[in-house]
Amino acid sequence: MMQLALEVGQTATPEAVMFWILGPLAVLAALAMLLVKKAVHSAILMAFVMVVLAVFYIAQDAVFLGIVQVVVYTGAVMMLFLFILMLVGVDSSDSLTETIKGLRPIAITAAVGFGGLMVSLLGRATLGRDAIGLSAANADGNVEGIGYLLFSRFVWPFEVISALLVTAALGAMVLAHQPRSSKKSTQRQQSINRFRGESLATAAGLPAPGVYARHNAVDVPALLPDGTPAPNSINASLKARGDMLDSNTFDLKKISTQVEEEK
Amino acid sequence: MDASNYLYISALLFTIGAVGVVVRRNAIVVFMCIELMLNAANLSFVTFSRINGNLDGQVMAFFTMVVAACEVVVGLAIIVAIYRSRRSASVDDASLLKR
Repeated sequence: MMQLALEVGQTATPEAVMFWILGPLAVLAALAMLLVKKAVHSAILMAFVMVVLAVFYIAQDAVFLGIVQVVVYTGAVMMLFLFILMLVGVDSSDSLTETIKGLRPIAITAAVGFGGLMVSLLGRATLGRDAIGLSAANADGNVEGIGYLLFSRFVWPFEVISALLVTAALGAMVLAHQPRSSKKSTQRQQSINRFRGESLATAAGLPAPGVYARHNAVDVPALLPDGTPAPNSINASLKARGDMLDSNTFDLKKISTQVEEEK
Repeated sequence: MDASNYLYISALLFTIGAVGVVVRRNAIVVFMCIELMLNAANLSFVTFSRINGNLDGQVMAFFTMVVAACEVVVGLAIIVAIYRSRRSASVDDASLLKR
């Protein structure tokens, strides 16, 4: 077992250096999280704080928790946050203007009071003995120790939490589910729409973009057999964004048809 | 350096998270601040586990992580549901009970 916290109570110098570098950085990142305007920047700073906490866990002989912190928080939870941010997008709630009058001074005063209380309490609290350290508890390894506790003393909470996980998954599905606004068209209806539609020209489907043109790209219109480009072969959303190339440049008449002989 | 320095960091992060919950308006940022508070509590758990020389605190932190993961999943689903109906992720806009 790697021994990171060497002394009992007192920590080793490398850990102190690590702490005094990463600790202030974490607090600064957390503060910046409140001050930056964009929610995405907040998420990135949050991920940084979580990584720092993972380092702190590992430095305190909680190797398993440190790895879990990286995997679960910076891996899964923060990616979920970013995903939802992408889904919800940016709106007026990103601005930092104060909507409830006098809220900010009150919040800051309360925070200073609370933080001061906590810090002064911690400063005055005495344990009456030295910290013990985890070298004895981690004798068989950190993962083994936690696993032993999970399946002996904490087996009931462990089982209950599995029920919680299943319930949360179900709840998320129920909440995120949206009933269909229009009825799903059947295969029969789709077929009728295709052949009894406005024209029969597209009954066999639209040409795929790019594949008949000079190079294989979705923003290049297909060339029809007579050499004219087919602009309707390009995806409508690409067209709407203006991300398509001009069809005329791909007209066969303008492209040199001479084959250069390779030597 | 004493192990209790981690407790100071934990208290500071918790306080910052609490301020964020009150001050910010974007529901997702508010949610991230709640996560910060949970993480700060976890750091305390791990530090106390080291001070007391047993792994109970680490098991508690492990449980907190699982609960936090569940909470994120359900909370973000709620945010998405609210966003769908109101087109806004601001916590101030969901104030129907006030009127």
